[in-house]
Amino acid sequence: MSLTTLIIQAMATLGGLGLVIGIMLIAASRMFKVETNPLVEEVVEILPGANCGACGYAGCADFAEKVVAEDAPLDGCPVGGFDTAKAIGAIIGQEVSESEKEYPYVRCGGGIRCVDRFDYVGIEDCTAVIMLSDGEKGCNYGCMGRGTCVRACPFGAISIDENRLPSVNKNLCTSCGLCLAACPNDILMFAKDSERVHVQCNSHDKGKAVKAVCEVGCIGCKICEKNCPEDAIKVTNFLAEIDQDKCTACGICVEKCPQNCIEMR
Amino acid sequence: MVADASLFQIFMDGVFIKNFLIIQFLGLCSFVGVTKDTKSAAGMSGAVIFVMTLAATVSFLIYNFVLVPLKLEFLDLISFIVVIAALVQLVEFVVRKNVPSLYRSLGIYLPLITTNCAVLGVVLLNVLNEYSFIQSVVFGASAGLGYALVMLMMSGIRERTTLVNVPSSMRGLPHAFLIATMLSMAFVNYFGVIPL
Repeated sequence: MSLTTLIIQAMATLGGLGLVIGIMLIAASRMFKVETNPLVEEVVEILPGANCGACGYAGCADFAEKVVAEDAPLDGCPVGGFDTAKAIGAIIGQEVSESEKEYPYVRCGGGIRCVDRFDYVGIEDCTAVIMLSDGEKGCNYGCMGRGTCVRACPFGAISIDENRLPSVNKNLCTSCGLCLAACPNDILMFAKDSERVHVQCNSHDKGKAVKAVCEVGCIGCKICEKNCPEDAIKVTNFLAEIDQDKCTACGICVEKCPQNCIEMR
Repeated sequence: MVADASLFQIFMDGVFIKNFLIIQFLGLCSFVGVTKDTKSAAGMSGAVIFVMTLAATVSFLIYNFVLVPLKLEFLDLISFIVVIAALVQLVEFVVRKNVPSLYRSLGIYLPLITTNCAVLGVVLLNVLNEYSFIQSVVFGASAGLGYALVMLMMSGIRERTTLVNVPSSMRGLPHAFLIATMLSMAFVNYFGVIPL
């Protein structure tokens, strides 16, 4: 076989192979064509892109798809907040109204002021600590301070402070709510900045039991309930709860609380 | 020499003894890249099993019925790459259409199967060992299964070690490399010491 025929044969073989495969791929791409709405791409562009799942959908792209299909609310992305909602509204042609932002509030003032029952050495995780006879803390309702919320936060907004309690950096927080879901003791709750008075305790134990383990736990003494001029505080199950709609932030309860567990921000 | 090897032997070769990931060290990029969670590791493994089996089948046909008769064996590498690239493209179409979430989580690693040397390795080893058609297909499928096995083990271990308190300098890739080392040692020693 001469060199020329060899070259021609090689070129023809590879060219033929390429041609056949190319035609098959064209057919396949027709068969598996994905119809995409160009609006979805636009919405994906303006979403934060953290894929945190706080909207309840599997990532930003999924949320964008649902928003464009009008299955999800415009302000469904708590991370992007009002600005993102407005931008999405501009893309798909709808108006949005603003609502006040909410941040996680830590309903425990214990930390180092709450006694430890034993020294815990093991996996540094609140859920793991609680699995070991309800945790090292004397209080079964309190914060374990092992940073499960810190690791749950995709934005690095939570840190454990010197009192071994989580503190929220409001500049970084995006109100996604992942920390609320992660906390095994449900200590965190959403609170608006305009809601100024909060009970810094989550314990439903009786007064004597709380007093034995924590310096700042709610003992359910009802002093705040009796002194509140607006009738905004109710003690149920040995824990004071504030009705934020009635509260006027007068500060009387903060002053009267013998345990100093009501906080005015 | 291996032409008369039994199918079972070839199967065990592909899955364990010549495991592509941790004995032959082929296709390591996705081994480290996609093993962060089991779900995408499983998806990637599925895609690789599919591509490996089909690539072994199609390239056997092309090699033996086109290249050998024309005495163009020197074109094997380039034509295998073309076949693999086309198959990967096909998988990409299917995955994007049917499992968009998997498509997003695999990201760049899906088209990278094209250049995943494990796939090309299977096809070239088939030629090198002069396997018959059935043997080639079995070797391709079992190599894919071996890949899937190791991917799932690795991702399972990596998922569970997220709870472990690892020193900060070792977190992430260094940690993954250590796990890979131990996995590999286990495989090499086990199947080196106990011949099947």
